[in-house]
Amino acid sequence: MSKHLLEVKDLYVSFDTYAGEVQAVRGVDFTLDGGETLAIVGESGCGKSVTVQTIMKLNPEPPSRIKGGSILYRGEELINKTNREMQAYRGKEFSMIFQDSMTSLNPTMRVGRQISEAILKHRKMDRKEAKKLAVEMLAKVGLPNPDKCYRQYPHTLSGGMRQRVMIAMALSCEPAILLADEPTTALDVTTQAQILELMKEIKERTGTSIILITHNLGVVSRMADRIAIMYAGKIVERGLPDDIFYRPKHPYTWGLLGSMPDMSLRTDRKLTSIPGTPPDLFAPPEGCAFASRCPYCMHVCLKHEPPVFDMSEEHQSACWLIDSRAEMVVPPLGEDKTLRVKGRGGHVV
Amino acid sequence: MLSEQILEVKNLKKYFDVGPRQVLKAVDDISFSIKRGSTLGLVGESGCGKTTVGRTLVSLYEADGGEIIFDGKDIMSANKKELKQLTRRMQMIYQDPYASLNPFFTVGEIISEGLIIHKIGANKKERMEIVYELLELVGLHREHANRFPHEFSGGQRQRVGIARSLAVEPEFIVCDEAISALDVSIQAQIVNLLVDFQDKMGLTYLFIAHDLSMVRYISDRTAVMYLGKLVELGDGDEVYSHPVHPYTQGLLSAVPIADPRRERSHKVQLLEGEVQSPINPKPGCRFFKRCPKATGICSEVTPELIDVGSGHMAACHNID
Repeated sequence: MSKHLLEVKDLYVSFDTYAGEVQAVRGVDFTLDGGETLAIVGESGCGKSVTVQTIMKLNPEPPSRIKGGSILYRGEELINKTNREMQAYRGKEFSMIFQDSMTSLNPTMRVGRQISEAILKHRKMDRKEAKKLAVEMLAKVGLPNPDKCYRQYPHTLSGGMRQRVMIAMALSCEPAILLADEPTTALDVTTQAQILELMKEIKERTGTSIILITHNLGVVSRMADRIAIMYAGKIVERGLPDDIFYRPKHPYTWGLLGSMPDMSLRTDRKLTSIPGTPPDLFAPPEGCAFASRCPYCMHVCLKHEPPVFDMSEEHQSACWLIDSRAEMVVPPLGEDKTLRVKGRGGHVV
Repeated sequence: MLSEQILEVKNLKKYFDVGPRQVLKAVDDISFSIKRGSTLGLVGESGCGKTTVGRTLVSLYEADGGEIIFDGKDIMSANKKELKQLTRRMQMIYQDPYASLNPFFTVGEIISEGLIIHKIGANKKERMEIVYELLELVGLHREHANRFPHEFSGGQRQRVGIARSLAVEPEFIVCDEAISALDVSIQAQIVNLLVDFQDKMGLTYLFIAHDLSMVRYISDRTAVMYLGKLVELGDGDEVYSHPVHPYTQGLLSAVPIADPRRERSHKVQLLEGEVQSPINPKPGCRFFKRCPKATGICSEVTPELIDVGSGHMAACHNID
């Protein structure tokens, strides 16, 4: 029996397309405990959405194909479950909030019916009770006038309100895990602040665990208990917020942190952009996937994939620079964030 | 003689008719100016009219009132020939790098279109030389001229968009959410590119965005818009470190800080509710309903933009 609520081990997911096989997820491991928020951070196309959708098995097969790995939920293996078996989990155990609320709500159905549909499916309730609960949920997520909202169509609501409806729907069956795929990316900062506050409040009240996918490091620092940085289908670094923000070890994390300007400090420093673009996942490179964009790339990086090094129990990073034989590198971050990579130096593999 | 302000906007208005007796006041009586070689950041929530301002400035929309004076010449009273001359010097970079490039044109054709219109370069060969130069300038290769937009990534397309706007040697560029559609690491590449060009060619930018931290990074001055009105305008540092308008204060405090320690101690001042409709707005301050400091006068009198010290302007009745 696993002690974690959710345990994803060595997950591989590919998509078979006419152009060939896209290796979207290439060996992802993470765990999630009850009541915690895990943030998965990465650029578009790094496989973060696919990972989360695979947990709920939302990707149609074909074209997608789970090539290997395991997904343990409360100690139970989900990887071999059929679509029909998964329906008992979707909505009830896991719920998802999608980025684009306009396309994820059914435009021809009133908002209320969409919520009560899920309730009727998973909870022993009749229509009346389901409706009552749906209105209650709408009120809980802070929609003014929930009775009226119940009868409205999605297009009559604003983006922030639709996102609230999605959250109401996702929470109506009291899921153990909330999967939020860029829940605030399409929203204004003020609305984003409201939605984030709402998610925090719900987490505290119900003890729901959250997997938050985002590329906004500000959102991460506001929400996350633990962070995983993904690049080209792999988790390259993971740790507690303090590990990632103050003691990052992976050059990709350095690049991400450096490319975000800090609003509260006026600096004339140039943004450290990461040169180039992410690799083609049709043919992922041999060795480290980040090597072609990495300013500290060594010979070994091009040939051999870096193993995962443990910095502490919570903090892991997959980079050859951490190896004791690698040269010591001082990351290009500001004074307050200066850190040193351990190593004896002088010896390039 | 070169005047210091390259662009002066006075009482600009742009209304859209959206139905019987319904007027959407997208831009309602705003005034500002931009110094030559500097960057003005324009921020606000979606629907506040910031894109309309940009599009009206480069004559993609016809203004309904006010003046736009570019380098001493009034754009609104210019005739067709003068307007063509003026618009060559004012270009735009668009938000969506996927929708703003014609998929049937090669990159070379896209970039040289402006050259043909403004009769720059004597023949095709000369024009292609300019195109190659531009592509290399924005960090692409000359071979890319024969490719089509769909062969490029988002960041590369945005570089093509920048090359296109630079082709006619403009002095002023409106960057309308030019980096919003891009990934963080690519955003930094494009911003660094824009800053480089400003240093080298003395370009002036109007940088429209909703990402407040990027705006602070790139702008010399910042303007905050709310429902068609400017509510605050000032030097970037002033607006960010001492915001005086309640809306600016709420907007800035809503931005999450990418630093867990400071984020933990940072108190979010949530703005309740949402932006009201800009259709037939009522008199009084438009922020009135969401404002934590609102008093009786706010619902009756529209506040004017007043100076609160050293060029820092704000439109609020209740400035402490």
